[in-house]
Amino acid sequence: MRHEKTAGQRIYKTIAYIVCVFLTILSIIPFWIMFVNATRSTPEIQQSAISLIPSKYLQNNFAVFEGKSFDPLVGFLNSLIISVGATTLSIYFSSLTAYALVAYQWRLRQPFFAFIMAVMMIPTQVTSIGFYQMMYRIGWTNSFLPLIIPAIASPAIVFFMRQYLLGALHLDIINSGRIDGAGEFHIFNRIILPIMKPALATQAIFAFVANWNNFFMPSILLTDRAKHTMPIMVSQLRGDIYKTELGSIYLGLSLTVLPLFIVYFALSKYIIAGVALGGVKE
Amino acid sequence: MRRKGVSYAKYGYIFSIPFVLAYLAFNFLPTLYTLILGFTDMKGLGKTDFKFLDDIFQNFKLILRNPSFITSIKNTLGIWIANFIPQILLALLLTAWFTNNRNKIKGQGFFKVVFYMPNIITAATIAILFDAIFSYPTGPMNSLFQFFGLSETPIFFLINKNTTRGIVAFIQFWMWYGNTMIVLIAGVLGINPELFEASEIDGATSRQTFFNVTLPNLRTILLYTLITSLIGGLSMYDIPRLFQNGGPDNATLTITVFIYNQAFQGSYLYNRAAAASLLLFIIIALASSFIFFILRDKDAIALRKMEKKLRKEYKKAQKSKGGVV
Repeated sequence: MRHEKTAGQRIYKTIAYIVCVFLTILSIIPFWIMFVNATRSTPEIQQSAISLIPSKYLQNNFAVFEGKSFDPLVGFLNSLIISVGATTLSIYFSSLTAYALVAYQWRLRQPFFAFIMAVMMIPTQVTSIGFYQMMYRIGWTNSFLPLIIPAIASPAIVFFMRQYLLGALHLDIINSGRIDGAGEFHIFNRIILPIMKPALATQAIFAFVANWNNFFMPSILLTDRAKHTMPIMVSQLRGDIYKTELGSIYLGLSLTVLPLFIVYFALSKYIIAGVALGGVKE
Repeated sequence: MRRKGVSYAKYGYIFSIPFVLAYLAFNFLPTLYTLILGFTDMKGLGKTDFKFLDDIFQNFKLILRNPSFITSIKNTLGIWIANFIPQILLALLLTAWFTNNRNKIKGQGFFKVVFYMPNIITAATIAILFDAIFSYPTGPMNSLFQFFGLSETPIFFLINKNTTRGIVAFIQFWMWYGNTMIVLIAGVLGINPELFEASEIDGATSRQTFFNVTLPNLRTILLYTLITSLIGGLSMYDIPRLFQNGGPDNATLTITVFIYNQAFQGSYLYNRAAAASLLLFIIIALASSFIFFILRDKDAIALRKMEKKLRKEYKKAQKSKGGVV
């Protein structure tokens, strides 16, 4: 091991740290401005829109929301119902599908997996017109069902779960369950799901965040104000009602970011590990 | 060896049923319905009846001749390129720094968490936040310009087409470089460490190791990043729609914003929107099949082929043996 540092190495490290610190500031500053301005009054923001110190108008800014389209509590609850419902369905049924792909030898197994791989990347936007029209026909607009039930078929999560099971599942475990006389469905629920806990947790975080942040489909389907989700409510902060209430705009934005920040900083270790895992798809 | 007892193969089918049903109902049928609508006269709010057009490709012809659609394709590709090139370069640079064992950067865990952070925040929120940051005549960016003496009078940033396009590209870059970096670092950690040891023994510099060992071994992951980013970029909606609603003067009108405007604004042209969706679908399907081709499991295919061959030879051997005896 060499310990002496050359001048070149010192310059290299200095540049690397300067860039990293700059990027850190770049990541934090927009949110910093947002949180601080959420506590300031409109005249204060108009005078100088950047301040590092919070002011004392948080309650005034909050009072502006009363009786208007941005209702943080309703938005929060609606988003929560959709996100929890869709996340639960997607991770349970994706695990079941992945188990079918890994544990059993069946004729259509390989074609089925190829199909999942092929449709994995198709974004919802390209089929949204037909989806909207179908939901309109069966009267499912202004309902949470079309945002929850389709999660049963989540090709990307099936793919991830399959990769995990290939490494974690031993056929002995299944066989010992069978010898004990357990049915196949029982084996999946009682023996396989507990084995998959780490993968379930990782995918649950990502599915939850993705559903929470989803804007396109909910904004088309949910026109009733009482059904609006958090991102739809945020989109209305651009409207004319809030033009003169700058502090309230920042507060509204802060309220949507806060729960995500809490989730992120509590689980960042798992999230970063999950991103890394998702990328190595070989 | 013959296995005795029951066959479990049917459970493979049974356990796949929920997925298949949900896929058929909520993905396949809507896709088919979008396809059909593209050839019909379906338009107007609340209408559900339609008939096929006399000129069956009329919607497609009109869309392809629509200057806004052409603009939206150009904008989408332009914004994607302006975001992807700096994004992949910065991600590669950070990957090189963070995986360099000779000059370890401290606080990597912290930097990763902070760089990835914008990615999990609601895109709708980020679009509105940046609209507020660049607001005119007073706003954080104008305050910053005044503080550094860059401009005497307030600047109306979002009236300039290129500035607005640039900001959309920047937001995409800012939200995604951390994700790309983590994926690439994971890729580097997956490379056989013996390769790095060998290059160190050979006396290669950090730079030589990065360009001659790391980069070539990252090929598949780089390709994966490229394709997923391209597909995401082609369907970019939340940011351009909520930042300036495609403006100013269609400068940030993307393909999906165009589709939305056709279907849910003005005269509710669901048929035109469906035709435009199909054109987008074709582009994305081509990209998807490309990724499927590139990322197919080569080892497994080779293994299956080998197994087949061995089985054949074994049978042949059995037969010839039988002949002798």
